[in-house]
Amino acid sequence: MERDPRVCVMGEDVGHYGGSYKVTKGLATKFGDLRVLDTPIAENSFTGMGIGAAMTGLRPVVEGMNMGFLLLAFNQISNNCGMLHYTSGGQFTIPIVIRGPGGVGRQLGAEHSQRLESYFQSIPGIQMVACSTPYNAKGFMKAAIRSENPVILFEHVLLYNLKERIPDEDYICNLEEAEMVRPGEHVTILTYSRMRYHVMQAAKTLVNKGYDPEVIDIRSLKPFDLYTIGNSVKKTHRVLIVEECMRTGGIGASLIAAITENFNDYLDAPIMCLSSQDVPTPYAGTLEEWTVVQPAQIVAAVEQLCQ
Amino acid sequence: MALSHLAASASRSSSLLKPLSSALSLRRPISGDNSPLTVETSVPFTSHQCEAPSRSVETNPKELLTFFRDMALMRRMEIAADSLYKAKLIRGFCHLYDGQEAVAVGMEAAITKKDCIITAYRDHCTFVSRGGTLLEVFAELMGRQAGCSKGKGGSMHFYKKDSNFYGGHGIVGAQVPLGCGLAFAQKYSKDETVTFALYGDGAANQGQLFEALNISALWDLPAILVCENNHYGMGTAEWRAAKSPAYYKRGDYVPGLKVRISWFVETMVLLSCNLLVLELCETVDVVVLL
Repeated sequence: MERDPRVCVMGEDVGHYGGSYKVTKGLATKFGDLRVLDTPIAENSFTGMGIGAAMTGLRPVVEGMNMGFLLLAFNQISNNCGMLHYTSGGQFTIPIVIRGPGGVGRQLGAEHSQRLESYFQSIPGIQMVACSTPYNAKGFMKAAIRSENPVILFEHVLLYNLKERIPDEDYICNLEEAEMVRPGEHVTILTYSRMRYHVMQAAKTLVNKGYDPEVIDIRSLKPFDLYTIGNSVKKTHRVLIVEECMRTGGIGASLIAAITENFNDYLDAPIMCLSSQDVPTPYAGTLEEWTVVQPAQIVAAVEQLCQ
Repeated sequence: MALSHLAASASRSSSLLKPLSSALSLRRPISGDNSPLTVETSVPFTSHQCEAPSRSVETNPKELLTFFRDMALMRRMEIAADSLYKAKLIRGFCHLYDGQEAVAVGMEAAITKKDCIITAYRDHCTFVSRGGTLLEVFAELMGRQAGCSKGKGGSMHFYKKDSNFYGGHGIVGAQVPLGCGLAFAQKYSKDETVTFALYGDGAANQGQLFEALNISALWDLPAILVCENNHYGMGTAEWRAAKSPAYYKRGDYVPGLKVRISWFVETMVLLSCNLLVLELCETVDVVVLL
């Protein structure tokens, strides 16, 4: 925001309250009410307003207090945000960033535990990125704001408390690049957002059992970084996808299709995909745990895949 | 008569390519009369939370004839588009503006190209009044590259960025929050310009409209919401869709104006009320009913 006066933030409680997860803390006092805007609870219209402002050249960052609430703005995101660049014959670009916390939290209930990346992935014209560490969160936020394309940045409710030493200076992460978390030889595990941590936990167990998993955080959900993924598939010949989306129509489903279409000859076994159960997320803690992929399941899947 | 001249002339394609105003002024020396003329509108305005503008409007014959020519051109354009649609040369949807031309022309008379206009899918004439050419209109309607959106948008997606015409939107009501976003950007950049966000009586029942109105009033945005009431929302008559047809009052705390249109003289009406509206816009935004 310091670097570019066109950047503004809009969302519920982003200003004086500092943000429901304190992401925008301190910004309102520093930049004022016209640049950090507290909106009423009207997602459809303030997302629309953000898109309208982006059409004129401003660079708004629109926050959904929970990504699930952006379902109310689906029309604006799909038709206006995604498609205006095309339907206007290239006259308008929409340099908007839509971000917010999503994913399954700790007993937040079904409606507040939604994974919107699977619903948005078909919208033509948008870019989707999921951050997973403080380092890539900062990098992606900056890259997304500077990008001329509309970018949806998926954060995760449970990852806000992560602490990491990151560089003070300005840096950006490439919005379309996956991250090699742990190079390996036996199996490629593709994951993103919070599941990265479950995978890394499973990886410890797997290493103890003698396996050498290659873990890739795909980060770019649309478009997929098929270059990094492809190189990994060519090396290990076995793929396991671990995601927090539902199985039906999720990111994993699209990823399986993309890998099969492009790298079928390099696979020694069918691709396995571990996803959340196709149910509304229960409130009870034990039940909620069962709907989401746990490290033990990941270990079992790798063992099965590597037989 | 002016139009048959245009149609029959040998340089037809070049005159189609020229913007409306220059093509017309070359043809008619009579319309050069700048002497002032005062017109009184036939029906008074009704206002809500503000003072109605006066019924007398100052104009001159040249201006009046320009308005007439513009509206007649738009009418002919829309009827031609209708024939093309029936001949299946225009596919998909084709929403025509014949009968409503006075709104576009009258609005344009009071503002500059720096002010923004955004409308729904009935956008052919608004596009022309913002400076679009007939060639761009028909090429877009028929899906050709010479169209304003390179044939990729179609009837419902006309845009003209250089004259601040933001379209051209298919989903009913979705353009209103966009329009308030344009007004926000104008306030942010301290442009001293305004945005006209047009919608129909059908869209007047959309929730996002009230959401956008609330935010605009809260943040003091220079937005003017214009309801073009043609008494039908898609196929349903107004009285069957809206409990209260007094759309100009729906803004509640926002000033509103009801303007009756009957094609020609009432364009004057729009001219005068728009000037009032622009004055009011300094502090607050306005809802206008037509």
